[in-house]
This record gives sequence, C-alpha cells and structure tokens, in this order.
Amino acid sequence: MKKQIIIALKVLLVMTVLTGIVYPLLVTGIAQTCFHRQANGSLITKNGVIIGSELIGQKFDSTRYFWSRPSATDYNPLPSGGSNFGPTSKTLKKLVDSRRSVFADKNRIKDTDSIPAEMIFASASGLDPHISPQAAMIQVDRIAENRNFTARQKQELVKIIRDMSEKPQFSLLGEARINVLMLNLELDNIR
Amino acid sequence: MNEIIQIVLFIAALIALTPILGRFMAKVFMNERHLLKLVLGWLERLIYRLCGIDSSEETNWKVYLSGLFVFNFIGFLVVFLLQMLQAYLPLNPEHLPNAAWHLSFNTAVSFMTNTNWQSYAGETTFGYLVQMLGLTVQNFVSAATGIAVLVALMRGLTRKTTENLGNFWVDLTRSVVYVLLPLAIIFSVILVGQGVVQTFSPYTHVTTLQKTQQVIPLGPAASQIAIKQLGTNGGGFFNANSAHPFENPTPFSNFLEMLTILLIPAALTFTYGRFAGSNRQGWTVFIVMFILFAAGLGLSLYSEYGHNAVLHVAGNMEGKETRFGVANSVLWSVATTDASNGSVNAMHDSLSPLSGMVAIFNLMLGEVIFGGVGAGLYGMVVFIILTVFIAGLMVGRTPEYLGKKVEAFEVKMAILAILVPSLVIKLFSAWACTSSYGLAGLNNAGPHGLSEILYAFSSAAGNNGSAFAGLSANTVFYNITLGLGMLIGRFGVIIPVMAIAGNMASKKITPVSSGTFRTDNWLFVLLLIGVILIVGGLTFFPALALGPIMEHFLMNSGITF
Repeated sequence: MKKQIIIALKVLLVMTVLTGIVYPLLVTGIAQTCFHRQANGSLITKNGVIIGSELIGQKFDSTRYFWSRPSATDYNPLPSGGSNFGPTSKTLKKLVDSRRSVFADKNRIKDTDSIPAEMIFASASGLDPHISPQAAMIQVDRIAENRNFTARQKQELVKIIRDMSEKPQFSLLGEARINVLMLNLELDNIR
Repeated sequence: MNEIIQIVLFIAALIALTPILGRFMAKVFMNERHLLKLVLGWLERLIYRLCGIDSSEETNWKVYLSGLFVFNFIGFLVVFLLQMLQAYLPLNPEHLPNAAWHLSFNTAVSFMTNTNWQSYAGETTFGYLVQMLGLTVQNFVSAATGIAVLVALMRGLTRKTTENLGNFWVDLTRSVVYVLLPLAIIFSVILVGQGVVQTFSPYTHVTTLQKTQQVIPLGPAASQIAIKQLGTNGGGFFNANSAHPFENPTPFSNFLEMLTILLIPAALTFTYGRFAGSNRQGWTVFIVMFILFAAGLGLSLYSEYGHNAVLHVAGNMEGKETRFGVANSVLWSVATTDASNGSVNAMHDSLSPLSGMVAIFNLMLGEVIFGGVGAGLYGMVVFIILTVFIAGLMVGRTPEYLGKKVEAFEVKMAILAILVPSLVIKLFSAWACTSSYGLAGLNNAGPHGLSEILYAFSSAAGNNGSAFAGLSANTVFYNITLGLGMLIGRFGVIIPVMAIAGNMASKKITPVSSGTFRTDNWLFVLLLIGVILIVGGLTFFPALALGPIMEHFLMNSGITF
C-alpha cells in the first residue's frame, strides 16, 4: 500500500506538470503565434480605444441602434448565463409578452408573429453577439427615422445589412446571423 | 432541411471515426506497435522512470483498484486545497477569493469523478491557476481513470484463468500520452482559430458603444475546453459553458465540440470488439447505443419544434444562441446527456418539457448510451451481463458471455452497479423535495421544479455534470449531497465492475458451439435495449410522470406556474 501511495503522488505530480503546465503553455504558445487576435479575445478598437470584443454581445436599447437580444445578465459577462426559466414559467410568459409588445410598438410591427424568436427570448450565455438578418431588417425603419436618414442613407443601411449577414458556416453549419456590435459600428459610419 | 443535413453529417462523421480511433486505441492498450509510439514513446518511458513504475508488472483487480483509489483521493485533496487557498497562490490576476469549503468539496469531487458539475461560475470563482493545475489536470486523469477501468474489464472478459488485469499506472499513462493529450493539443489549436481565448492576460475593461462599462473575461480557455469535451468532463471555463461565445464561438467550433463529446466513447466500442476478437461484438454494442441515441434525438427534436401554448411560439429560443439555433441546441443536449459529458450549448432548464425529459432519462439510464469515456462502456457491460442472465433464464441454459460463464457473483455485482446510482437519485431527490433547504434552491415552480431536482441528482449519480441550472445548487445542502451522489455514482459502479473483471479473468473460456447464445446479432440488440429500458428506465417512470410528462400536458393547456 505504501508503494502505491508513493507512486500515486509521483504520477499526480508528473501529470500535473504535463497536463496542467506544459500542455496549456504549449497551446498558449501556438495560439499566440498563429492566432494572436483570436487568442486574446477578438478585441475591436475604435479611434485607438478598445470598445469591446467581436464575440461578446453588448447591450443596445437606444432607438438609434440595432437592438441586441434580451439578456438574463443584462450583458454583464461576470458571470455569464441564461434565465433558466422553464417552458411553463409565469415569469417568462410575462417577460416575453412585454418584450413582444415593446418590440412591436417601437418598430411599428402589426403582426407580432413576424417578430423573430431571438428578439423576445433571452440567450443562453447572456452575451449572444448575434441576431438573425431578418431581425436586423425589421429595425431599419425605426433607426432611419430616429437618425433622420435620407432615402439614400436608408438604402445604404439595407445594403450594409445584406453585406454583413453571415450565411451558415460553409453554407452548412449553424444559422444565418449578423453581428450586432459590428453592424452598429458601421451604422455610426453612415454619413 | 439544413438541420437534417447537419445531423446526418454529425452521425456520418461519428460512424466514420469510430473504427479509426477504435483500432488505434486497441493497439495502444494491447501494447502493439503504432505510429505515436515512435513519436511519444520516450515520454511514456520517462514517466515510468520518474514515477518508479515497472511497466511489465501486472496486478490482480484488488491491487489495480487500490491504486485507482489512492490516486483519485490524492487528486481530490489537491483540487480541494487549490480552491481553498487560491487567494494566496499566483496566477490569479482578478484576485478572486478562496472558495467556500463546501463548494471546494463539491468541485473537487466533481472533477475527480469525471462529473464536472458547476456549482461554481468559472469566470467569477476560479483564477487561472485553479483552472489549470486543478481542473484541467483532473479533466485528463479522471478520463484516463475511466478508460483504465474499462481496459481492465476488457482484459478480464477476454483473458482466461489468470488473476492479472494489467497495470493501472501503465493504462493511465498510455491513455493520457497517446490518446487524450495528442487529440487535445490539435483540438485546442483549432478552437483558438475559431475564436476561443487562450491567454494569461487579466480581464479587459472596456467602455461599450452605448457608453456602459463591460469587463471581458479571458484566460487559458481553449486548452481546458478541448479536454473537457474529449474526456466527457464538461465543466466550463465560463459559467455559460459552451454557450459562451468565448468557449464556442462559431457553428464549426460547435460541430467539433459536439463530435468530440461522443468521439472517444463511440470509438471504444470498436476497441472493445478488438479485445473480444470479433468486430461484430463491438458493433453490436455501438448499434444498441446508437439506436437509443437516435430515439432520444427524434423525440427531443419533435418536442422542441412543437408549439408552446404558453408562450405562443414553436422553436422557442429561450436559453439558446442565435448562431446554433434550435437543431444544434437539441442535438447537443442529447449528445451531452448520452455521454456523461455535461457541457451545454443551450440552457437545458429552458428546453421544452419532453426535450428536458429525454435529457433526464439519458442520465437516469446510468450513462450507458455511449456514456463517459470508459465509464459508458463498462456500464453497458453491466447491462449486457444482466441481459445474458435473463436470456439464460428464458432458454434454461447457463448464461455465457464471450465464452465465459456468467454466474451468481457477476449477476449480483451487476445488479449492485445498477441499483446503487438509482438509489442515490431517488433518495436524495426525495430528501430535497421534502426539505425547506432543498426547495429553497428552485428557480421554477410546478412540475418543472421537480424536474430541476431530479435532474440535479440524476446528473450527479450519472457523473454527467449538466444541470437544469436554475437550481441554486451552491449551498451547503446541495454541494454536500450532490458531492456524495457523485462519489457513490462513480465508485458504486467501478467497484462491482472491477470485481466482475477479476472474477471473469479467472474463468476458463468455453469454445463456441451450436448451443451458445449469440451476443452479436439483432436478437441480442433488441434484448439488450429491452433490458436497459425496463430495468434502467422503468424505475423512474413515476417520477418522470410527475415532472416533465405532466408539465408537457399542462403546457399544452396553457397553464403557467
């Protein structure tokens, strides 16, 4: 038994060095060399200042911006998470009903069934950076109005949405989507 | 349509990789020549020399098991202490405080038993040192422990008249050096390419476009996520696990992370066939697992795309990410509960009632549908022994498996391995349901509340680690009971399995004759599925009827709680 204990201690020590130190350091080395931007959080800068990460959603509720999805953590990443409300939750029903009517009201949508589901349901991470391209399109009128856009500027905005929409990856995996933060950055550039 | 193509692609990749990796692992554990031995053989030999292991020495099942116990217990202590002392240790750039004793106990047990239940929230609880030296290390060695037990069992079933089952330290080392580590290195680099973070920098503070403050957590995440998927561990670097954009940024990373959940458990069925000297035996087990997987997936998809009469929506997006959509969230939820992985890319608590039920039911069956690395297959062998025994009773012959007589001792041990985890689920759930401190953790009322509690203890007993995460489980009561549940669920199966292995190894092998009951045909597939569903499943039907099934009908009537 004593022999087993000594071997166990040594094996754990060796495994700790191998899988707990060498392995993460090796991966960090490769990652920082080959994928420097991704490894450090895909950060984006505007005028030389870091304003966020391409992958981490931000809260947008101003009428001048494209809205991001509802978030159970209000886009606070510490810690991330969803609402965990079940399918028969009264609280969830109230939240969804109010989100649906607010979204329809502010975007002047008559048929509430046409609101894409992701705009009335909170994401799993609370940090979802995407919405669907349709969800962006139906916000165009509201934004154009609040920014006093000319017809030309509004057309440009629609074109930006088309250009920035991502297809399913390799035209196969996942869903079509558009990154809300990146879209709003472009929106601010429209002159 | 696109959803169907993605699912078919996933299944095709799984089936294609099974024999490739399975054949390789058979070579590794039979100590035959293989390519990686040329490349990494020096590392294997170095580990033996440093640790004083005689790789040619083989032991009986009791010595094998005692090595496993000692190793796991020391591993538990290290992870426990790392959390209790992290404030005094380096590589904690956010200066996170020491974790509470009950949380440290829960997390240490959880990672040691390959459960990886998250009572903690990674980004706000643990610094980089705990994540690396504690969690990542156990992700490797708990997975290797599961594989080692399976390898010992495979030897026990296929060797004759011997006491020797191999050497625990050798099997552990080979699992890490040749299987887990090379796959994890490749996989983590791919993940970083997709956007998973891998850095030791502190968190980044930013002012967002709408001029609010946001703190972006970072860390050496990719290296941990790769092994958490491969080793059926599942404990997230971040609280939202693989729903977090930094853990799983793209549909491609999602596809690979889903594939790696099932990759090793599926491939081990092929390895099993190689050990048994008949690929058919391995594929038989694969097919049984696959049928149960496909049935669960079908029901879950049907339910999730169905209409929710409360929320007036079909394909509800609560707790799901836009980039994955409904199909990938459902596919993941089924895969992760089949394997005892427990990582999530959507919040299971918000799944429709029957999808949630499929997840709970997968856990309750004892994690044998692919299951944990090693653990899933040795759990399945327990059911096989039971099936052979029942079939033997029906035809009135002494039951045999792989030429070995299955006798009273094996059947008793098999029953023990099935009953013990079931008891944990039922007794602890009953305790939680009837105590104020148990009910205090609920996030949802009505039948869904019962589902939250059932899920938690099923997840602990099955060493899965996923959750109906609304349950506030970071309390003394839940941390301790769930921790105990994990311990009993892990070793309550490992001990009988090792006893079976030891006893079977000492038996003679009878040659196949016309009277042999075949265990590699469709009849056996059906029998085995029947036994799994009846013995493993029926136990829990009343509880499921009161939880998810009732919720399904109430939801259809538009009732809320």
